[in-house]
Amino acid sequence: MDFSLIAQQLINAVSLGSLYGLIAIGYTMVYGILRLINFAHGDVMMMGCFFAFYGIMIFSMPWWLSFPIAIVLTAFLGILIDRGAYRPVRNAPRISALITAIGVSFFLENLGLVVFGGRPKGFPRPEIFGGIYTFGDIRFLGLSIWVPLIALVLLSGILFLVYRTRVGRAMRCISYDMETTRIMGVDVNRIIAITFAAGSAAAAAGGILWAMKYPQINPLMGIIPGLKAFVAAVLGGIGNVVGAMLGGLILGMAEILLVAIRPDLSGYRDAIAFGILILILLFRPTGLMGEKLPE
Amino acid sequence: MDEHHRRNQIFSIIAVACLFLFLLSMHLYADDYQIRILNNIALFIILAVSYNLINGVTGQFSLEPNAFVAIGAYTSALLTLTPAEKQMAFIIEPIIWPLSVIHVPFFLSLIAAGVVTAFFGFLMGFPVFRVRGDYLAIVTLGFGEVVRVVANNTQTITNGPLGLKGLANYTNLWWSWGIAAFTVFYIARLVRSSYGMAMKAVKYDEAAAESIGINAFKHKMLAFTTSAFFEGIGGGLLAHLITTISPTLFTFFLTFNLLIMIVAGGLGSITGSVIAAVVITWGGEALRVVEEPIRLGFIEIPGIPGMRMVLFSLILVLVMIFARQGLMGTREFTWNGLFRKIRAWTHRTAKES
Repeated sequence: MDFSLIAQQLINAVSLGSLYGLIAIGYTMVYGILRLINFAHGDVMMMGCFFAFYGIMIFSMPWWLSFPIAIVLTAFLGILIDRGAYRPVRNAPRISALITAIGVSFFLENLGLVVFGGRPKGFPRPEIFGGIYTFGDIRFLGLSIWVPLIALVLLSGILFLVYRTRVGRAMRCISYDMETTRIMGVDVNRIIAITFAAGSAAAAAGGILWAMKYPQINPLMGIIPGLKAFVAAVLGGIGNVVGAMLGGLILGMAEILLVAIRPDLSGYRDAIAFGILILILLFRPTGLMGEKLPE
Repeated sequence: MDEHHRRNQIFSIIAVACLFLFLLSMHLYADDYQIRILNNIALFIILAVSYNLINGVTGQFSLEPNAFVAIGAYTSALLTLTPAEKQMAFIIEPIIWPLSVIHVPFFLSLIAAGVVTAFFGFLMGFPVFRVRGDYLAIVTLGFGEVVRVVANNTQTITNGPLGLKGLANYTNLWWSWGIAAFTVFYIARLVRSSYGMAMKAVKYDEAAAESIGINAFKHKMLAFTTSAFFEGIGGGLLAHLITTISPTLFTFFLTFNLLIMIVAGGLGSITGSVIAAVVITWGGEALRVVEEPIRLGFIEIPGIPGMRMVLFSLILVLVMIFARQGLMGTREFTWNGLFRKIRAWTHRTAKES
């Protein structure tokens, strides 16, 4: 493999990895606080894509208006899901919460199939992201550079929220001990709602970038990225925001490497994530940057 | 042994005889569609009851039945197809050697499906039961995805995305209900045995169970492997019921359906799983009305395809929020319980009159 090919693959890997990372942030934030795998997270991402799609297609908004609106709507959807489905089972056994999450996930997927239809829709790619750049032998889509940059900006925003604000301090408190935090006078439900909003917004941003990268959306598009992003979150150490991004990058790297080195095995690409997951859980269940043991 | 043992035995025999007569009459008089639904019901009883063994009875929340059913279906299908049929089906790459010549009767293929699936379950149990709770759910879900991906890519064994077509339609009412009855009987006996007690102990408090000398890992493995065995047989029946299998058949949708059944029936109750499997399979068919256009005089409300799954997912969430115990909780049907109920009821009505 010569240099230009390596550089080319590296760009692809970083771009794919930061998408996984963006989606993983939502998983890791919710899990860190509630110890709940938000199964519906991938589907929340899907809804974000459809909001953006309909904003452009039906309300003929320009992309710079439609995308932020879609992100805000998705954040509200996250709050709504928490309020309607997860809050009523908050004090139930954790398995009940997990089953509820699976139910919400299927609800969103099937509602999507009914409302949006199952046929894939072409997602518009604004010109600013669509350009193709050439450096010597390396050719890449403008989007491949935008994705990591946007991911970096959003990651900084969420890190600021979690580590530099009062709300973030409350989040970290809840993850240690929800009851004590409540006794200290923190409105726990509000903090959890904000967590869902932030995680869902990151997922929507990731989803919109995803939809522009593979310019097609359908109601089941969230399943596989959602599962892989979860693996990324576990890989990085669940509950750790930076870890989620790191896990996403490693996963993206691993997938691109497999396809680049052994194209004949590219059919197994979707299985890599779970291979990594099993290895991680066997040898380092806390992930790369995690501190707490699972359960 | 309780005092009513003999009476209960007689009632059980009568119940089985009634089921037999019912099936016989359906076999003689029902149309193909009704028989298809009955077969589906039996199939889902097998799958739900065995899934419940690991999820409900042993309390290890896992999401792999689609993987087990897939393994069972492929094993059984590859064994009943004749060598000539296999040669015809594998047009892209020929099938590998031992599979290309083996051809066994249906019953043996079902046993093989169970054994092979149980073996895979056994192997999978080692990594899987090192984790608990949510992680267990995700790892087993991942296993299901991996099996699907592998089935899609191992062209020389599974025929890849093309799948296997033209299987003989061996699964009839007698096979499906016979095996369903055996599954319920066997798992009910297992749950009532000392092994079953240990499994329940693991469910309620693993540390306490370990402290009184129960090997939690061993009992999880036993439940998991047994569950895999019956899921595999169910897969074999499924393959020979719908006669065409391909990797897309064994997605998470299948697991999701089973999950609704065991949750609605009550995690840990065999009776609940059976009732839920019957009601939901039958109800799923009955609910097709919501997907068909409804005529009200001159107005026609167009049907909404896919609405059933929306309703089912809503039901699952609502059950979790409002009726977490499901239909039966962890209770079971017994003749003694039934007679107690009847006595209490007659007593009450006698008092009132």
